[in-house]
Amino acid sequence: MGRMATAESYVLAIGTKKGLWLATSPDRKDWSLSGPHFLMSEVPSIAIDTRDGRTRILVGVRSEHWGPTVFHSDDLGGSWTEPENGAITFPDGTDAALERIWQIHPDADSRPGVVWAGCEPISVWKSTDGGEHFELNRGLWDHPHRSEWGAGYGGAAAHSIVVDPTGEKVHVAMSTGGVYRSLDGGASWEPRNKGISAYFMPDPNPEFGQCVHKIAADAAVDGRLYAQNHHGVYRSDDDAESWESIAEGLPADFGFVMLTHPRRAGTAWVVPLKADGERIPPDGKLAVHRTDDAGASWKRLDAGLPEAEYNAVLRDAASVDGAEPAGVYFGTRGGSVYASADEGEHFTEVASHLPDVLCVRAAVVSAALLPARP
Amino acid sequence: MTSGVISGDGMPADPAISVVLPSVLQPLAGGQSILTAPAEAAVTVEWVLDTVTGDYPALSRRLRDETGSVRRYVNIYVNGNEIRRLQGLVTAVAPGQEVLIIQSVAGG
Repeated sequence: MGRMATAESYVLAIGTKKGLWLATSPDRKDWSLSGPHFLMSEVPSIAIDTRDGRTRILVGVRSEHWGPTVFHSDDLGGSWTEPENGAITFPDGTDAALERIWQIHPDADSRPGVVWAGCEPISVWKSTDGGEHFELNRGLWDHPHRSEWGAGYGGAAAHSIVVDPTGEKVHVAMSTGGVYRSLDGGASWEPRNKGISAYFMPDPNPEFGQCVHKIAADAAVDGRLYAQNHHGVYRSDDDAESWESIAEGLPADFGFVMLTHPRRAGTAWVVPLKADGERIPPDGKLAVHRTDDAGASWKRLDAGLPEAEYNAVLRDAASVDGAEPAGVYFGTRGGSVYASADEGEHFTEVASHLPDVLCVRAAVVSAALLPARP
Repeated sequence: MTSGVISGDGMPADPAISVVLPSVLQPLAGGQSILTAPAEAAVTVEWVLDTVTGDYPALSRRLRDETGSVRRYVNIYVNGNEIRRLQGLVTAVAPGQEVLIIQSVAGG
């Protein structure tokens, strides 16, 4: 019994346009699916927070009728709690209303309880109680650029939050606005988009206004970031002071996903789509591409993926777990979900024919937390 | 306590205003399908909602956002008329009247 209790297992949370599904597996190949939770509400954001001796799943849920809210579960979806007064609500005086929670991001292990959120309208929030109550980041909310930030097709939102180990350096990516950086823990913010093209604007190299789709930090190199843009894949080695293209070697520079390895320097994954005007995998051939040298070269990974797939993969519909080797997961707008237990070398199908997949998150958990398998 | 309002048959009218919830929202109101607000004179829909959701903040958030606006796909009826076609949240509701909350036909 003691050995069983310490065995590891895997949880994959799948947020879709019409609810949340949870998949569990002992080996990242054989998956059991349960759900839906929150049927008929979309689930565009998920976090699985394994800090502080607890596994808490946080979900941003949005009903077309009843609006957005945050639920959390400490028993892997057995029960869900919604804080009575709402975890994220715009304070009086802002004259704003929460539209959608795009990102829920647990902070570093050294800061248990701290959870960040990125929302629509463009805003960043911080919780210090495990995601039960968030405070609006005033520095970004009151930023003089706000009136010039725009909306991508999916809405105007802060969708990526990257916090460095010290907690002082914070990068936020928003569509559309670009990358903003704070060096004081979020008190003040400045745009940092030098080198990133905004071909859709009159000045293609503006200080801000870029349509960044996702950013992620390198696991081991301080100051290194990766960005998938609305056309353009970039790397920065200086905390976003400057960006350079790393799209060479990819079949297309459009896409939404940017993942980095949980521990290894230089490793990142993207899922290219053909172009802005043709948002499908190039030639209808879905593939993940991985770099192990910080973007100098890319390897195409499609073993186990379907012969033909015309559905896009959205920015948060991809994730890595913390295992060794790292697991890679993604879902399509056609409702298929794939998992790899070997960093993308081979994929297996976890689920198919679900509603559009908006978000996936995976984590290693104690097998003792999982319900008994039939 | 009575409102002093007399109904057509000479009996005191029920001074309460009833708010009828759709089944999907009833768990957020302790399982109740009807919430009541005491009123002795005409009041606004806004006052009625504030009153009946005072103890149920999650229910309140389902109906109105942080600015106080009724959510786009929530319809509120007074005497069979949707309040957007009347005076919105300042539409008057008389004692004894019923406020119906119904989700609109939306989504795909």
